[in-house]
Amino acid sequence: MTRFGVIRFPGSCDEHDALLAARRFGDAEILWHRDRDLKGVDAVVVPGGFSYGDYLRVGAIARFSPVMDAVAEFAADGGPVLGICNGFQVLCEAHLLPGALLPNTSLRFIARQVDIEVASDSTPFTRACEEGAQLSIPVKHTTGRYYHPDPDSIADQVVFRYAAGQNPNGSVDDIAGVSNEAGNVVGLMPHPEHAVDELTGSADGGKLFESLARVPA
Amino acid sequence: MSVRKRVLIRPKQGILDPQGQTVERALPALGFEGVSEVRVGRMVELDVEDESRLPEICERLLTNPLIEDYEIEQ
Repeated sequence: MTRFGVIRFPGSCDEHDALLAARRFGDAEILWHRDRDLKGVDAVVVPGGFSYGDYLRVGAIARFSPVMDAVAEFAADGGPVLGICNGFQVLCEAHLLPGALLPNTSLRFIARQVDIEVASDSTPFTRACEEGAQLSIPVKHTTGRYYHPDPDSIADQVVFRYAAGQNPNGSVDDIAGVSNEAGNVVGLMPHPEHAVDELTGSADGGKLFESLARVPA
Repeated sequence: MSVRKRVLIRPKQGILDPQGQTVERALPALGFEGVSEVRVGRMVELDVEDESRLPEICERLLTNPLIEDYEIEQ
């Protein structure tokens, strides 16, 4: 059974939902930001929230926490890493993913259900999806405008796009999520961990955890 | 012996700056005409013992070089 490790930074707030989402498809435990080893987990989730208060710039301080060295090594060895919202921002700041997240064009906090399209089903996080399929997943962020100075150069690394007309934040090329070159590190602004039960509107987000659970151990 | 330094941080050219746009739109309502190209950045003041390390401090922590330019005031 796949073991997920969900990182908790001071200021994280979505680690509990990520833990519960992961447990639907495998085992999961919390990894503390001061841990220097990942306790042998098979996949790492960097969750949403406001790591270290995001006081300087989103994700800027968290990338220097002890656990992130271990995550970088794990990623370099091909280990699957999923960054959600603030976790996406942290992975960009840590240069494990390309690009950066800027304040929403509206400068407003946005919380709403959006449809995102799966642009690649070849990552460990989307193998349970079909390319072109739409997932209904909520976004909730103020700093979610994806930016890359040369988006064409990472066209192959786009994993999720906001469905036509649903780009909530001004992201370049409607990009909602990207991977690293190798494809084993993925980050996205929408929150799949909040969409794992029809009771709360959609279970589509579970696909990402289900995909991870299919990673050969 | 440390020295007081100022670092000016700006959104990179070409990056949409909605904060600057908001300020620009607000000015005519207050009667300030003829103001354009408003860009909003940040300023960091700090005492440093070794000035030569300041560029590295800027690049590794104070700014994200992908989206921001910085200038160390002389």
